[in-house]
Amino acid sequence: MSAEREEVLRIEGISKKLGGKPILDNCSLTVHRGELKVLIGPSGAGKSTLLQCIDCLIPPDCGEIWLEGQRLAMNDKRGLCAYRAQVGMIFQDFNLFDHLTAEENVAIALRKVRGMSRKEAKARALEELGRVGLARRALLYPAQLSGGQKQRVAIARTLAMDPRVILLDEPTSALDPELVGEVLAVIRDLARGGMTMIMATHQMDFARALASEILFMERGRIIEQGVPDVLLAEGSATRTRDFCAHLLEMGA
Amino acid sequence: MLDTVFFSHDLLPALNKGLLVSLALIIPAGSLGFVGGVLLGCMRVFGPHWLRRLGDWYTALLRGVPLAVQLMMIYYALPKLGIYFAPYGAALTSFILCTAAYQSEYVRGALLSIRQGQIRAAQALGFSTWQTVIWIIVPQAARRALPGCGNEIIYLIKYSSLAYLVTCMELMGEGKVVASDTFRFTEVFLTVGAYYLIMVTLATWLLRWLERRFHIPGFGAR
Amino acid sequence: MDSLTVVLNALPAILAGSFVTVGNVAASLAMGLVLGVPLAVAQVYGNRWARRLVALYVWFFRGVPILVLLFLCYGLFISLGLPANPFLICCLVLGCTSTAYQSQIFRGAIESLPHGQLKAARALGMRDITGIRCIILPQALRLSIPGWANEFSILLKDSAICYVLGTQDIMARASFVAARTHEHLALYAAAGLIYLVLTLVVLKLLRRLEYKVHVPGYSTGMGTEGMGVG
Repeated sequence: MSAEREEVLRIEGISKKLGGKPILDNCSLTVHRGELKVLIGPSGAGKSTLLQCIDCLIPPDCGEIWLEGQRLAMNDKRGLCAYRAQVGMIFQDFNLFDHLTAEENVAIALRKVRGMSRKEAKARALEELGRVGLARRALLYPAQLSGGQKQRVAIARTLAMDPRVILLDEPTSALDPELVGEVLAVIRDLARGGMTMIMATHQMDFARALASEILFMERGRIIEQGVPDVLLAEGSATRTRDFCAHLLEMGA
Repeated sequence: MLDTVFFSHDLLPALNKGLLVSLALIIPAGSLGFVGGVLLGCMRVFGPHWLRRLGDWYTALLRGVPLAVQLMMIYYALPKLGIYFAPYGAALTSFILCTAAYQSEYVRGALLSIRQGQIRAAQALGFSTWQTVIWIIVPQAARRALPGCGNEIIYLIKYSSLAYLVTCMELMGEGKVVASDTFRFTEVFLTVGAYYLIMVTLATWLLRWLERRFHIPGFGAR
Repeated sequence: MDSLTVVLNALPAILAGSFVTVGNVAASLAMGLVLGVPLAVAQVYGNRWARRLVALYVWFFRGVPILVLLFLCYGLFISLGLPANPFLICCLVLGCTSTAYQSQIFRGAIESLPHGQLKAARALGMRDITGIRCIILPQALRLSIPGWANEFSILLKDSAICYVLGTQDIMARASFVAARTHEHLALYAAAGLIYLVLTLVVLKLLRRLEYKVHVPGYSTGMGTEGMGVG
C-alpha cells in the first residue's frame, strides 16, 4: 500500500551493546511520509534505546541511517547536529530547560541552531505554543507548569524545528492519568495532520486507532510488525495480542 | 565618657588604612579564587579520570587543614624551598588557593545537579557541544552555585583577618597595634568588629540582590 | 638536626596539644548545641521580639571574625577584672559563634518539617512545648546531623586560631617548636595532618551516629548514600 509513498527515514541493522549486554539486535525499519509507527513491547525490550539510537543520542555500535535518501555519517559532528535538528525527539520526562520560560524553551533552538532573529523566533514560538493550546502560559517557567503542560511545551519545541519525523519515547508514561488525555489529543492532531512519527507507548487504544503499523519489540529485536487490525485481530495468535491482553489484565 | 579624640585621632585613621589593605586582599582573592574555583570545579566534573582525582585530593586537603596552618606554611615554610613571599603576597596566595578549593565544591555540585536529560534534549534539537554548554549548562549552573559561592565570599571577608597572623597589616593588624599601644582592647575591637560587620552586611545585601535579580521559579530557595 | 628528628621529638607534645584542641571544640560544640536549640525554637515559634533578638545575635556572631572576637573577649575580661584564662575565652568565643551557626542549622531543619506535625500533636491534646520537645525536635535533630558534622569541621579548623591568645593546642605547640628550630615546613605539615586526621575520624563517627539513629523516610544525604536504605 505504501510502495509509492515517499520514504522519510530508513534504519538498517542497528545493534547496540551496553556493558557487554546486547540491548538492540539488528533492528531495521522504514517510515514513509505521514505514517505513525507505534513501538510496543515489555519494558526493557529496548524501545527507548532504539529511539535514542535513531536520533544518535546513543551512538549505535553498527547499522545505518538514511534520512530522505541521505546516509547519515555518524562521525561527522556538524552533519550529526544538522540531522538531529531535522529529527524531533519527545522524551518520557519532558526534559524542558529549567532556566527558560515556555516561550524561550521553544525559541532557543530556533535562534541558536536555525539562526533566526530573536523576534522571528519569538513569533514562531508563540505560534507553536498556540498550536498545543498553551499560548497563555508562554511566560511561565517549567517549575510552574503541570506535567501535561510541560510535555505539550516539549512538543511545541520540537514542532518549531519543522522536523521531517518525530520520535516519541513514551510521552505519556510520566504523567498523572488525568493529564494523559491532553497530550494524546495533541499527538492525535499531529497524526491527522500528516506528521511522520515513531512512537513508543503503552496506550493500546491510541495505537489501535491511529497507528499505520505496530512494531512489537522483545529483547532488543523487532519480532512482529503489521497493521493493527491484523496483529490485534480476534483470534490471531500473535505475541502482540498476548501482550495486549496481558496489559489489559494488569491495568484498568 | 567616650574618648572622641582617641577615636578620631588614633583609631579610625589607622583602621581606615587597614581597611584599604583588607579590601586589597578580599577583592583580588575573591575574584581570582572564584575563577580558580570554576576552573577546578569544571576539572573535577569534566576532566579525565586522573585530573579529577587530583582535583578531589587538592580540595579535600585544603578543606581539611585550617587556614591558619596553610598561611603559616606559605609564609614561614616555603622559604625553606626557596620560595619567598612578603606578608601581603603570602596572605593573598593562601586565600586564593583556599577559596578556590571551597568554591570548586559549589561549582561541582551545581554542574552535577543539571539533569542529564536536558543535555540530551539540547542534543536532540541539534545543539553542538559548545552551544549546549553556553546556553543550557552555564545559565543553570551559575544560578545553582550563586548562593554557595556568595557565602564563600562572605566567609572570605571574615577570614581575611587571619592575614594578621603573618604580620600583614590589614584591618585586624592595625587594630591590634593600636590596642597594644593604648591597652584599650574593648573599644578597639568593638570598632574593628563593626568594620567587619558592615562589610559582611553589605556583601550579604549585594548577594541577596543578585539572587533576586536572577531568580527563576524552580531554582534556589530550597 | 634534620626535620624528621625534630618532628619526631616534638610529636608527643603536639599530640598532647590535640587534647586541648579536642576539649576546646567539644566544649564549644556542646555549648552551641545547648544554646542553639532553644534559639532555633525561639526563632521559629517565638513572638516578634524573640525572633528579632535571635536574628540580631546571629547577625553579630556571623559577621565578626573569630580573631576579632577573641581579642574583644580578652579585652572585656581584663576590663572587668576577670582572670583572662585563654582556654576559657576560646571556649566562650567559639561557643557563642557556634551557637549562632547551629541555631541556623536547627532552624532550617525545623522549617523543613511538614507543617502538619505540630498540628497533629496539638490535635492529640499535647501542649506546644511538649509537641516541640517530643515530636519536632527528634525529627529536626536527625535532619541536622549532616549540618552538624559540617559545623564540627569548621569549628575544628577555627580552633586553630586560638593559639594567638596562648592556649596550648596543636597549632600553638607546633608554632612554638617551629620558632625555636626553624623547621616550619615539617612541623606545620605535621600539625595540618593531625587536623586532617581528627576531621576524618570524627566525621566517620558522626556518619555512624547518623546511620544508627536513621529512621526510614529521613534521607539526609550524608550517610545513607550507597547503603541502599530509605
